[in-house]
Amino acid sequence: MNILVALAAVGGLFLIGMLGGMGMGWLFGIVIPSAAFLLFIVGMVMKVLGWSKSDVPFRIPTTSGQQKSLDWIKQDRTDNPFTTLQTLGRMALEVLFFRSLLRNTKAEMVGGRRLAYRTELALWLGGLVMHWSFLIILVRHLRFMTQPVPGWVTFLERADGFLQIGLPAVFITTVTFLVAVTYLFVRRITNPQVRYISLVGDYFPLLLLLGIGLSGVWMRHFGKVDLTSIKEMMLGIIHFSPVTPEGISPVFYGHLFLVSALLAYFPFSKLTHMAGVFLSPTRNMANNNRAVRHINPWNYPVKTHPYEEYEEEFRDKMVGAGIPVEKTPEKE
Amino acid sequence: MSKFDEPDHYKREDLLDIDWRPPSTPWMDTPVDLKKGTYIYPGKAKNLKVLDLPNPREWAVEEPDWKLPEDWQKRVLEGMAERLTKYRSFKIFMDTCVRCGACADKCHFFLGGGDPKNMPVLRAELLRSIYRKDFTAMGKIFGKLAGGRPLTEDVIKEWFYYFYQCTECRRCSVFCPYGIDQAEITMMGRELLGLLGIYVNWVIEPVANCFRTGNHLGIQPHGLMDTFEFMAEDIEDATGIKVDIPMNKKGAEILFVVPSGDYVADPGIYTCMAYMLILQEMGLDYTWSTYASEGGNFGLFTSHEMIKRLNAKIYAEAERLGVKWILGGECGHMWRVMHQYMDTMNGPADFLEVPRSPLTGTVFENARSTKMVHLMEFLADAIHHDKLNLDKSRNDHIRVTFHDSCNPARGMGIFEEPRYVIRNVCNHFYEMPENTIREQTFCCGGGAGLGTDENMEMRLRGGLPRGSALRYVQEQHGVNQMAAMCAIDRATLVTVADYWAPGVKITGISELVANAMIFQGENKRTENLRLEPIPGMELEEEETEDVEEGASVHA
Repeated sequence: MNILVALAAVGGLFLIGMLGGMGMGWLFGIVIPSAAFLLFIVGMVMKVLGWSKSDVPFRIPTTSGQQKSLDWIKQDRTDNPFTTLQTLGRMALEVLFFRSLLRNTKAEMVGGRRLAYRTELALWLGGLVMHWSFLIILVRHLRFMTQPVPGWVTFLERADGFLQIGLPAVFITTVTFLVAVTYLFVRRITNPQVRYISLVGDYFPLLLLLGIGLSGVWMRHFGKVDLTSIKEMMLGIIHFSPVTPEGISPVFYGHLFLVSALLAYFPFSKLTHMAGVFLSPTRNMANNNRAVRHINPWNYPVKTHPYEEYEEEFRDKMVGAGIPVEKTPEKE
Repeated sequence: MSKFDEPDHYKREDLLDIDWRPPSTPWMDTPVDLKKGTYIYPGKAKNLKVLDLPNPREWAVEEPDWKLPEDWQKRVLEGMAERLTKYRSFKIFMDTCVRCGACADKCHFFLGGGDPKNMPVLRAELLRSIYRKDFTAMGKIFGKLAGGRPLTEDVIKEWFYYFYQCTECRRCSVFCPYGIDQAEITMMGRELLGLLGIYVNWVIEPVANCFRTGNHLGIQPHGLMDTFEFMAEDIEDATGIKVDIPMNKKGAEILFVVPSGDYVADPGIYTCMAYMLILQEMGLDYTWSTYASEGGNFGLFTSHEMIKRLNAKIYAEAERLGVKWILGGECGHMWRVMHQYMDTMNGPADFLEVPRSPLTGTVFENARSTKMVHLMEFLADAIHHDKLNLDKSRNDHIRVTFHDSCNPARGMGIFEEPRYVIRNVCNHFYEMPENTIREQTFCCGGGAGLGTDENMEMRLRGGLPRGSALRYVQEQHGVNQMAAMCAIDRATLVTVADYWAPGVKITGISELVANAMIFQGENKRTENLRLEPIPGMELEEEETEDVEEGASVHA
């Protein structure tokens, strides 16, 4: 059910984009993408500001390695950081290489009586490939939005297409992206536990990415769309002098509309993990709790049971047991 | 016939017949099944009253009416709103989960029970679905389509059931790509339930006891003194050593704080006896405290405010007694509190000095602010400087493995210190499989206030991953003892081991140390601290050819 809703949503969006682009190129080529981009930026900034408005009362890193204690015991600097620099290292490994997911295991019951754990790297690999491919594809797209195209973008594009298969050359990341997204989608459907927890909001972004990727592939390798016009339109948006050239393929408008949908959807969805990962208190704090005091901004006084009250209640018993007291009871 | 709160009631083959596949009904449409043996009894009104907690009343889990306050929905939603601004962790963890499912088979309760709502991700969704419905734009517009659901009494019952089937062990958090920590979510969930007066008695009674008498067990000062004197007698029987009992001693250098489970429970009591012997033999100027007679803190399983309320006595007592620094015994969640919360909540402890070992001169820079050192750090340092007189052959009949306790593992990272100590007092040390130790260690199944008997089925199920790994080293290496530096472990793992790996005993590390330690003026040691004969030691004096054979027969 959730899958169908997501599928219908993505399919519907693509159709709206195609049809809209044919009749209202100005709206679907310029206004909506600009608004979506703006929504993305403002939405994400608001989101991050919202998070940062919440306090961090306690320093609660999850320690995944040996702490720093005695000089002769080797500390695990990346999985249990003590300094800011080490924490940055841990964060970098997490953000760039998905360190935690690299630990992933799959539990199995062996012989009906013993639990065993197998290293399970498919999710880590799938996730890593999807994210990195997506990033490279995004950067590649800068050639449609810059004039002249910076050298490093051209370089990245050449490197990505160095296999020189087909004309125009098939980019490696095109393939890896589509394979990875497909894997993540198939995994979500076939893994019974993951399927059980999946919401529309889990299928929708994957299908959106798949739709964006497939329409992109079609335009480059099959539809052979008019890139000059498309670039003219894109540059127009960026230079605030919008134009809507004739003869742009409806598929492009579908593609662009899905991208707009992704941008607009981003700040209101789980996709905010992109920014959230940087703010996660179990990962971005050093485990130096006992060495450096952490301040809780809202630390308030609480009702305690002071020693005086305690002794008041138990004084006679304490004296009887030979335990020293503050106030010697009066002799009767 | 055994009852539902006894391990014998459950057949091993039944518990091993686990189906990890979820049911066909979507989770939002699957009502919670409150089955005897899986939940803990409600907090009694008298305990809530001691602590000034809301809505004290007598109620029962199996009754349909939980006697919630009139405005319960408002209380929960306002409580959520407040916590979303007070805890960035909560807000981030509500927003960023992508439901990748990496955490699913990392939870001991899911592995041992197969209930999909015990997958950390889904346990979090129980709360997240309410968050989405009431606090996010998508949820407000799209409702169920966006994964939201309305807050009903059934949701409260579900929260109660599953947030008390989480031991806040943080294992899932190690694997989560965003560090989402179910312990943090469970803590929030329990706080929200607390606003309605929903607690479990196994947690809230110890809290009430601790508030009044200084320890979870409610032992009053003279009772504590009796307990120590009783232990001192056993120590003398075993070793011939007379130990002092420095109690509430002003001007001592060190305040020693331990979990109260070690005062009375078997085998924790032997760990406590070991403390008394070891600290005295090292010549430390230390003191126990009747007022700060609890290092553990069931407030951690109640609310952040309660952590602070119970923890306040530690620094207060250190200041009153005029000690220089604090040494802490073998406890699990106590160290989460001491390491990650105490200084922030009740510090700064500027009346104390940076801890320095009087034996070795080592300054514990890692405890420079909090001024509290873990006994294993202290002992590892002493052994490293060759300050303990050890004969580890006395432990040769022990083939030991080490269970990393959740909180010191994932809330601190103390892995090598205990291992160093164990290796120096035992010749036969074997690690359990690597996915079950250190930061990937499995909970005993009874942490976070779940270590009682009325939820026996869940404890045995939750204990399966640990039990299974233990059974493995028992079969592979003949392991016959498992050491754990946590009082809850020492209490609950006995049940787990008896059930899943019968024949393995549970011990504290200090107990192993004391049994290997040569004390000045000790008797010939023929019995260990449990007053059991030490194999090989009882025949030593005969020194004939037969001895070897005799010893092996005994062993």
